Amino acid sequence: MKLSIWTYEGPPHVGALRVATAMKGLHYVLHAPQGDTYADLLFTMIERRDRRPPVTYTTFQARDLGSDTAALFRNACQAAYDRFRPEAMIVGASCTAELIQDDPGGMAETMGLPIPVIALELPSYQRRENFGADETFFQIVRALAGPMDKTARPTANLIGPTALGFRHRDDVTEVTSLLNDIGIDVNVTAPWEATPSDIARLDAAHLNVLMYPETGESACRWMERELGLPYTKTVPIGVGATRDFVREVSALTGLPARMDEDRLRLPWYASSVDSTYLTGKRVFLFGDGTHVAAAARIARDEMGFEVVGLGCYNREMARGIRALARDFGVEALITDDYLEVERQIEALSPELILGTQMERHIAKRLGLPCAVISAPVHVQDFPARYSPQMGIEGANVIFDTWIHPLVMGLEEHLLHMFRDDFEFHDEAGPSHHGGHAARPAATPEPAAGPETVARTEGTDSLHWLSEAERELRKVPFFVRGKARKNTETFAADRGLTEISVDTLYEAKAHYAR
Amino acid sequence: MTRQDPPPPAGGGCRNAPILRQRGQHEVFCGLTGIIWLHRKMPDAFFLVVGSRTCAHLLQSAAGVMIFAEPRFGTAILEETDLAGLADAQEELEREVARLLSRRPDIRRLFLVGSCPSEVIKLDLARAAERLSARHGPAVRVLNYSGSGIETTFTEGEDACLAAMVPDLPETQDRQLLVVGALPDVVEDQALALLDQLGIGPVRVLPARRAGGDLGIGPGTRFALTQPFLGDTHAALERRGAQHVPAPIPFGEEGTTAWLRAVAREFQVDPDRFDAVTEAPRARARRAIAQAAGPLKGRSAFFFPDSQLEIPLARFLARECGMDPLEVSAPYIHKGIVGPDMDLLPPVPVLAEGQDVEKQLDRCRAARPDLTICGLGLANPLEAEGLATKWSIELVFTPVHFYEQAGDLAALFARPLRRRDALQFEAAP
Repeated sequence: MKLSIWTYEGPPHVGALRVATAMKGLHYVLHAPQGDTYADLLFTMIERRDRRPPVTYTTFQARDLGSDTAALFRNACQAAYDRFRPEAMIVGASCTAELIQDDPGGMAETMGLPIPVIALELPSYQRRENFGADETFFQIVRALAGPMDKTARPTANLIGPTALGFRHRDDVTEVTSLLNDIGIDVNVTAPWEATPSDIARLDAAHLNVLMYPETGESACRWMERELGLPYTKTVPIGVGATRDFVREVSALTGLPARMDEDRLRLPWYASSVDSTYLTGKRVFLFGDGTHVAAAARIARDEMGFEVVGLGCYNREMARGIRALARDFGVEALITDDYLEVERQIEALSPELILGTQMERHIAKRLGLPCAVISAPVHVQDFPARYSPQMGIEGANVIFDTWIHPLVMGLEEHLLHMFRDDFEFHDEAGPSHHGGHAARPAATPEPAAGPETVARTEGTDSLHWLSEAERELRKVPFFVRGKARKNTETFAADRGLTEISVDTLYEAKAHYAR
Repeated sequence: MTRQDPPPPAGGGCRNAPILRQRGQHEVFCGLTGIIWLHRKMPDAFFLVVGSRTCAHLLQSAAGVMIFAEPRFGTAILEETDLAGLADAQEELEREVARLLSRRPDIRRLFLVGSCPSEVIKLDLARAAERLSARHGPAVRVLNYSGSGIETTFTEGEDACLAAMVPDLPETQDRQLLVVGALPDVVEDQALALLDQLGIGPVRVLPARRAGGDLGIGPGTRFALTQPFLGDTHAALERRGAQHVPAPIPFGEEGTTAWLRAVAREFQVDPDRFDAVTEAPRARARRAIAQAAGPLKGRSAFFFPDSQLEIPLARFLARECGMDPLEVSAPYIHKGIVGPDMDLLPPVPVLAEGQDVEKQLDRCRAARPDLTICGLGLANPLEAEGLATKWSIELVFTPVHFYEQAGDLAALFARPLRRRDALQFEAAP
């Protein structure tokens, strides 16, 4: 057993869900107990999807344990097929179903459904979410993809984007345009919005672009081995990496390396004089291996930061990250324990943290600036606006995102010059949403008893009874100010001089909306 | 000022109406989610789930950003070695608990919370709790309950937790009122203030905010439930000789008054005093509801099962906000508890227990309700189909009980409808 408070990755069946939800015309029947449907809201809430994930949970309960669960599974399979008529199905077990040993794959096979049914073996007690996504996609490709005639024009597949992927939606758009500049069309993007019939057409492409090794590498290796389809090794995040990527694609296709740099602004922004203050800023990086490796290169070579530490939580990428850390002359941190990450950050005390949702919280706690570069992320990192990480616009987005939490150059000087200025004192921090935004000054707790507390602002004739003041403190802080103002307005309108608990609630009722 | 109980609806209530019992895919949380609010309610308690990475992931998804406020819950994640043989599971657990308690000396109550994996492999957490209590007591009490999905749905996790505490409480002969159910502190304070003004006492609360208080149970104890999902706790209290005071759940002006009146009768409070104490807050609540509930009048509602709050809420919406419930479904219907609410609920076309989510979605689409009350897995997809939704989990996390929250409660349902009317994306004419 291992005590865990926070986990960077979900269980492997969540990875399978990410693949199923990304695709169309595919249905996932998951042998799972009541309650495992919580995973649906990762997609409907965090990613704001407008439909339910294509998954049927068998929802077994205690009373079903025994022989009943196998029948339950078969019924769920049949009902899912009858209702949704998918082109293909994937079936598997969640961590609890793994323990009751019903063999979903074997059971589905005997049902004779007229579509491919792909069984997933996802060891819940050894592996995690990214493995689950990678393995699921690999099994789908292995089952459905076969040799095909090549397209007449040069085409590529985009491999690896999933549901709940950090900026996958916009990275697909950006990489598509990079390829178009070279004269290459996209044959299939998968799993993102691909159908099982699209998977069958993968081999018509001339090459695979492996966008995210975490979720697409096994499938790419298999296609290279079995179908002779080469794949790209460079992930185009950052200016240098994007240029390398274009060169790599050109070498694989024999087409001239072309890239339209009209909109590329990072190099000039990073060279302009206001960026001078960024030089040597100490940065710590943590996240999934792919995004950390890309961010490290950008941080050092394209922003002029000093990388003081880096690491990843997915052990599948540990070897590459260790090698990278050696290049940077720092120690790699390979862990999925956020407390270890927190200790490392405290020890290194960087000036900027580039990480995940967890590092954002650690940064907030330590009062340090932070930007998010990798999953797991929260709802604000599935933005409405176009915000890729890859390619040309990705580089622009990254420049803005990383700079935003830092104090701007001129402001930093003013902070040093006017240390006790009422707006610019040390406590206030930058005017941006940095890790150290001003904290509201604490007001003293009113004493118990019937005496009154006079208001310091507004009208002198209005007094809060201390009991009412205490009651007001029970109102959540983010609406307390409004409640105070409403109550006072309400009392003043009625010519009251004292505010009691009743007044507070009379006002509350008056303004009820 | 009436001294009567609320009149039953025309056509009688729903207590004996046929119930559609559904089986199939359930789109619900498991009982582990109760930890999210219970650990805030009991600041000296730690909740240790013994389960899988899925359990940890669920807690984190449900807890959102709270996970970093020095959390008092965690998951002992089972590994391959734990599944291979049960022999050392107890030792593993003892080691993790010892580490945990040495790091957190402020903990007075430790709950070992069972999950689906731990229940399926029949890990004996009750025995583990006994052994750990012997080792870490009396400073720390170690208790055990199950929040597994195979046994509990969402709020039943709180029920299991409270029920586990009941046998552990000392015996008392005192005549006292026990208010049962975890309420937001501000709401609990209001309830206690009202009971105090009515002259009812001593009043104690389960769960107590701190361990080792003066909370005892015995034949003189009368208990009133503030939440409908406390069936096991109800049974555990009765086993200790305590007697239940049946009443509607205190939602809205009518529900709160009926709840208080039931308790006041039990403690022989003078009707004049009752009127004097409740008159002002009742009037306030009615005014607040009247202002907030505007968009709800004459609109239809459809409840997917979630928390067992559905029947009392439907009663509030139908009687106090003028809504028309088309389907009311709950994960479980305990008539001994929600019977008084069912007596007041006007007849509804479909009253359902359990779920087969695909079939229920078909019924919902056919009914085209004005407002659908459902979980977060269904809310956005239904909005995309053109149905207005109110996400139900908020009703568990927000102060909604008793008089002063009655307006807020109506507003929670009215807001999605007001927003729908407010948003428009067309070019100006």
